[in-house]
Amino acid sequence: MKDGLRIDGRKPDELRKIKIEAGVLYRADGSCYIEWGGNKILAAVYGPREALPRHIQNPTKALVNARYNMASFSVEERKKPGPDRRSTEISKVISEAFESVIFTELFPRTTIDICIEVLDAEAGTRCAGITAAAVALADAGIPMRDIPVACAAGKVEGVVVLDLTSDEDKEGEADLPVAIAPRTEEILLMQMDGHLTYKEFEEALELAIKGCREVAKLQKEALLRKYSKEVE
Amino acid sequence: MIRKIVLPGSLVGDKSKLPGKGTFREGENIYSSRLGILEEKGKYVNVIPLSGVYIPNVGDTIIGVVEEVYRNGWIIDIKSPYSAFLSIENSPWEMGYGETSKYLKEKDIIIGIISNIDEAKNIDVSMKDKQCRKIEDGIVIDIQPSKVPRVIGKKGSMLSTIKRYTGCWIFVGQNGRIWLKGEDEKVNLAVEAIKKIEKEAHTFGLTERIIKMLGG
Repeated sequence: MKDGLRIDGRKPDELRKIKIEAGVLYRADGSCYIEWGGNKILAAVYGPREALPRHIQNPTKALVNARYNMASFSVEERKKPGPDRRSTEISKVISEAFESVIFTELFPRTTIDICIEVLDAEAGTRCAGITAAAVALADAGIPMRDIPVACAAGKVEGVVVLDLTSDEDKEGEADLPVAIAPRTEEILLMQMDGHLTYKEFEEALELAIKGCREVAKLQKEALLRKYSKEVE
Repeated sequence: MIRKIVLPGSLVGDKSKLPGKGTFREGENIYSSRLGILEEKGKYVNVIPLSGVYIPNVGDTIIGVVEEVYRNGWIIDIKSPYSAFLSIENSPWEMGYGETSKYLKEKDIIIGIISNIDEAKNIDVSMKDKQCRKIEDGIVIDIQPSKVPRVIGKKGSMLSTIKRYTGCWIFVGQNGRIWLKGEDEKVNLAVEAIKKIEKEAHTFGLTERIIKMLGG
């Protein structure tokens, strides 16, 4: 921190540069590409489609199956490909976050598959992944209560800051990714790494929600940009 | 007329309205549940989807592909998350048990009507209707199911335009499959026109552009 500015020249409550594009894949039912700071993430949604093998089907509602995957070239040192402890956990929490906004009861016996591929990673991939996957879900025409959105806050050198970069994440004291449904501000996902006092936690949560609201606007713009072309 | 696009979670009505298709009520207000175009019909607020898979309704005429042959009927792929079942009682042919493969084989294409859907979304297809038949000639193409109403047009206007200019026999299934039959060149022209409609489904002046394309 120097003159109240962060290592990359941002203010404590400033987001990195975000670019969202909806409907980039032809074969997926819905898709989205996001660039969030140094993160480059592709999300694709398939379904609702028949859940196979049949014994996993739920006769009352659809399954929501998210798969978070990091490309082996997405980090500085080559990541061994395939699911590991970290990506299995992230896949699970993302699935649960989306399950609470999707009208799963409309599609019994089916599955909705969400694939999140991290092509380039620079801290905050799960937040960017959720944001992209939410746009892809709306693009796929899946009925939802809201378009979820995620953003992280954290603490670096004793200051609560929004949207940590990779260096801040490594050197900082805490990281708090939050996903919300922006209409009701209901929390869909919240995890914490590191330590915060109760007061700092409240401050960080408020900051993260404020960041979410800003990102939600960009999500909506991206969707409208794609569909207003079609509708004129 | 301005068509308003709404997104999941957009506010589309208050307590004076009733939630129709693609919407839900939470508290006093009505919100959209999917991405689509807002439409108000009397007291109801509807959202016409712009994307998504085909969800069957009873009475829809569909074009299906035989997936599997059983001794008491056929499993039909209707381009939806659920496969449908055509039993021998609902087929137009008189046959005995186990004679199903004489009439329809795997990958055969049929026109059918959704006759029943139960709460577990088991779907029955019937072929007991004048328009139902096995498709033996011509071609079948796929389009997005959400674009079907546009290909048909208001009271079938768009479809009759294409039919008039190309002279093809065209049948549109509600599930986004279209059957065309006619001279090869004319069929190709009709397919191009349909692809154009699919791509520019919700733009204004589309009918005029299609007529121009078809040489009117």
